[in-house]
Amino acid sequence: MTDRTSPPKISFRDVGCRFPVRGGHFTAVDRVSLDVGEREFVTVVGPSGCGKSTLLNMAAGLVTPTSGEVVVDGRRVTGPGPDRGVIFQQYALFPWLTVRRNVEFGLRVAGVGAAERRRRADEAIALVGLGDFADALPKTLSGGMKQRCAIARAYAVDPDVLLMDEPFGALDSLTRVQLQEQLLDTWSRQTRTVVFVTHDVEEAVYLAGRVVVMAARPGRVHRIVDVPLPYPRTEETRLSPEFAALRNEVWSAVHHQAPVEAPAR
Amino acid sequence: MTAGQPMDAAVGREPVMDGPAPDPGEGAASVPEPTPAPDDGEGSASAPKPVGVAAPHGARRVPAPVLNVLSLAAGVAVWALLAAHGVGGLPGPEAVGRRAVEMLRDGTLEGDMLASLRRVLAGFALGTVLAVLVGFLMGWYPVVRALCEPYVQFFRTIPPLALIPVAVVLMGIGETPKIFVIFLAAFLSTVVATLQGVVGVDRTLIDAARVLGARDTAVFLRVVIPAAAPFILVGMRIGLGSAWATVVAAELIAAQEGLGFRMQHAETYYDLDTIFVGLVAIGVLGLVMDRLLLLAEHRLTRWQERR
Ligand SMILES: Nc1ncnc2c1ncn2[C@@H]1O[C@H](COP(=O)(O)OP(=O)(O)OP(=O)(O)O)[C@@H](O)[C@H]1O
Ligand SMILES: [Mg+2]
Repeated sequence: MTDRTSPPKISFRDVGCRFPVRGGHFTAVDRVSLDVGEREFVTVVGPSGCGKSTLLNMAAGLVTPTSGEVVVDGRRVTGPGPDRGVIFQQYALFPWLTVRRNVEFGLRVAGVGAAERRRRADEAIALVGLGDFADALPKTLSGGMKQRCAIARAYAVDPDVLLMDEPFGALDSLTRVQLQEQLLDTWSRQTRTVVFVTHDVEEAVYLAGRVVVMAARPGRVHRIVDVPLPYPRTEETRLSPEFAALRNEVWSAVHHQAPVEAPAR
Repeated sequence: MTAGQPMDAAVGREPVMDGPAPDPGEGAASVPEPTPAPDDGEGSASAPKPVGVAAPHGARRVPAPVLNVLSLAAGVAVWALLAAHGVGGLPGPEAVGRRAVEMLRDGTLEGDMLASLRRVLAGFALGTVLAVLVGFLMGWYPVVRALCEPYVQFFRTIPPLALIPVAVVLMGIGETPKIFVIFLAAFLSTVVATLQGVVGVDRTLIDAARVLGARDTAVFLRVVIPAAAPFILVGMRIGLGSAWATVVAAELIAAQEGLGFRMQHAETYYDLDTIFVGLVAIGVLGLVMDRLLLLAEHRLTRWQERR
């Protein structure tokens, strides 16, 4: 809003999240501070249970921080909103709606007129390459197609921020690579900020400008690794020695942490 | 089906801030998979096989409707055989058929069917409408649920028939007590199913709607209702079944017409033919109504993954 030259798009300010458990609290995220710039692509990796989803859900407004705050565009996040699109690992498509109607959902609840809705939905559907399946029900789609539909659904409301929680985790590696490429392609052509959670180190490095490595118990930022590889990234990027070095760096940051047990009660 | 436990996975009224990570596990553990229509997948419009054109010879699989008809014919034949060999004065199909035609001629059968149907439909309609309403309120507002649940659970354990004496004493012998017990039968099965449907809505779907900009009302109308629909329809089918089961008994209360009344009346004259006509009529009407609901269910829940 004001003078700072480039205010961060998303700002985690000393954010913490504790869940009540039997006989006390469990700290899922402990005082995380992190700024994500406009148009930045940040990935978050870390061992299972280190609070990646919780962190993302706090930015989405689905989980309230118990301390600190998340600020998006200078405004404190108090709930979910269409300015921040979320892609869930389990697709979360409405099974009773066709692909097109799923994609139209956000526009419909925003009261966009039928013609405009249809136009924007079809545009988003075409963008993810689902044009031939616009009238199909989710149950007839493969996993990759379902996730593409979910991505189109998020694109349709045109959010500034895309929050993705292991979106490709359930897909086979070929489909995953295709969707990674598609995601980078659209990201580079639009002005969107992406926070992408994954447990796949290779994926984290391939996509990101910055990789945030989290540590568990309590969940916190362990390291931040810059990825100075130029976009657009290609197969060659993956095979380059720079990529391998970064991957190893992130890998050891993730794996040379103390092993994580199940949360204590 | 122990929907009695407290449930913190309550489908959020103000879910905005609480309930983080979707936790469909614990609370919803008692909710069955939404797999309604346990019976046939046939009979829906999705399998329009030319039935009239009898199976061409050499066809490996005989279509199900043909088997249905064959099985029915065989059943009638066995019945005829048993009756012919004098099993306890059992009337045969022809005798029952003749009686049915007589009763149709003088209009008693239509009158009785209409009377029973009217009661069932009135009780069933009142019961399901109220049940869907109450079920949604219970599922959506934990307070309403806590207030209503004890009564629902308590009355669910009482067969509606057992309430007939109470209904008669309190409401006299007119239509009211009959419709009331049918209403109760339909209400109780549908309300529990609706509640389970609402409570069992996938938390992630609600989150998905909210991050797309949906407020509570939109979440309710566009996510909770469609997601609960299969459960509600199953509840309605069960409710319809118990409504039919109840009407016959309810008509034993000083009714002037109705299939149950007719059968009871016939009993005093040892008129087995008429009793059988009544039985078959109840069965056929119940079946037709159930099929209609099944059809609706198929249309409304075509999106479900079936196993
Ligand atoms: N609603 C909750 N109540 C209690 N504890 C919770 C709740 N949600 C998450 N947790 C705990 O917080 C920790 C972080 O959970 P979170 O889902 O954020 O981890 P994650 O990093 O996304 O893990 P994964 O990689 O397995 O998805 C976990 O130990 C989890 O058990
Ligand atoms: Mg997670």
